[in-house]
Amino acid sequence: MSVRLRLDKPWKPLTAEEATRLPGQLGVYQIADAAGTVLFIGEAGARSPFGLRSELQRQFAERGAGCQFRVEVNQQYRSRWFELLMVHKHDHGALPPDNAKNPPPVLGRLSPA
Amino acid sequence: MDFEPSEEQQMLIDQVRRFVREEIIPLEATMDPDASELEPADHKRLVEKTKAMGLFGIDIPKEYGGPDIDIVTRVLLAIEMAQHRAGLYVPCYGTFGGAGLAQIFEANEDQKERYLYPTLRGEKKAFFGLTEPSGGSDPARAIQTRAERKDNGWVLNGAKIFISNADRAQYGIVFARTDAAKGRAGITCFIVDNDTPGFHVRRVVHTLRSSHYATELEFKDCWVSDHQVLGEVNKGFAVANDRLTRQRIPYAAGCIGVAIAAHEMAIEWCKMRSTFGEKLANRQAVQWMLVDNEIDIRTARHFTLEAAEKARRGLPFKIEASIAKLTASEGGGRVVDRSMQIHGGMGMTKDLPLERWYREMRIRRVGEGPSEVQRMVIAREILGSNLR
Repeated sequence: MSVRLRLDKPWKPLTAEEATRLPGQLGVYQIADAAGTVLFIGEAGARSPFGLRSELQRQFAERGAGCQFRVEVNQQYRSRWFELLMVHKHDHGALPPDNAKNPPPVLGRLSPA
Repeated sequence: MDFEPSEEQQMLIDQVRRFVREEIIPLEATMDPDASELEPADHKRLVEKTKAMGLFGIDIPKEYGGPDIDIVTRVLLAIEMAQHRAGLYVPCYGTFGGAGLAQIFEANEDQKERYLYPTLRGEKKAFFGLTEPSGGSDPARAIQTRAERKDNGWVLNGAKIFISNADRAQYGIVFARTDAAKGRAGITCFIVDNDTPGFHVRRVVHTLRSSHYATELEFKDCWVSDHQVLGEVNKGFAVANDRLTRQRIPYAAGCIGVAIAAHEMAIEWCKMRSTFGEKLANRQAVQWMLVDNEIDIRTARHFTLEAAEKARRGLPFKIEASIAKLTASEGGGRVVDRSMQIHGGMGMTKDLPLERWYREMRIRRVGEGPSEVQRMVIAREILGSNLR
């Protein structure tokens, strides 16, 4: 059984066109700056009108050009989001800067092998 | 046995019902459908309300400052507390407080000071470390985590899986094999602090429950002192057996609560919805589904209250607790399934709570002893204890 803790797909430029091409499904995503430093880990939950597409379109509208993104379609978007946050915290000692501004109320600790 | 609630019980039921309908359900209208936590400000506000109701710390025994709710009343309230979207696993989002793990009440005075009382004050949380990759239904044989004597203590090595809250807890209760030759009589219960060197929460285990995940643990040369042994060495399974069997009863009640909520939604829906010029309520196929729902709910309610009543009277209730768990988890699953069928396409969406109940109810047939183990327990009681 292979377990992938980290989201390690290639980055794509965050543009209006790329966001529009995304599926309207539930899942998780990461936003990074041009150098690949993760700025934010988000989830596209069932309240998003068009799932990942809506979330990334919103991110582009707020951040403008110059960022990158990657997504993972995932029905377990909630637990996967918590997992990505915990793994990031373990790897980098802190949450991504934009998550740190409004952290989830309770976040656990993971120490991946 | 008469299971009609007394006047006092009915008052409490009404109070909790109002709380769920007026405080919890409106908040869920804007939360993620899979969420399991309230915003901290909402949680704090609602805890103040349950304290004012005199029901905070509902599972804490009276001698430890709890509100002195007997188990029958507890079941009746658990049925009410589960009747919202997240209600099966996080009834009222924990605003009625928790009591901690059953085993920790059996701790010695020093351990109570360090773990039980902080837990009851809400300062510490615990996890329950029993199940291993080698199995969970038959822990006596499945446990491979070893604890070996070293320097006035024990060194733990092994792994646990499907452990809830281990990443957020401050300590856990961990079962390990201390005598390989003795089978069930070779298991000891340890209290392990989460910051103990050698203790690792390795990963999240994703399940049907998106919001409330499990974790996988590793113990790698994890040394704990003799002071961390809970109960006696090699008698880990003797700790809190009665309390654990008792917990099975409100666990069943949660399934009934969700089943009632799903059934009520189905009734409302089929009175409104028409197909081919006829209300669903007028169609025999739908009526029979509703009748089967009613029977499943009443059956589970009867057996669960019977188990609770026997426990309250101090009579043996092991077999009744198993029947309650079995009928409520299996019957509850059928009720949610039929209610989804009655709702058609809408029943499959995250717009309604049915799909979440469907996923979470499925786990109930496995968690807290799978249906097959409950049947084994009942069979042993019927056929005699020499059955293997």
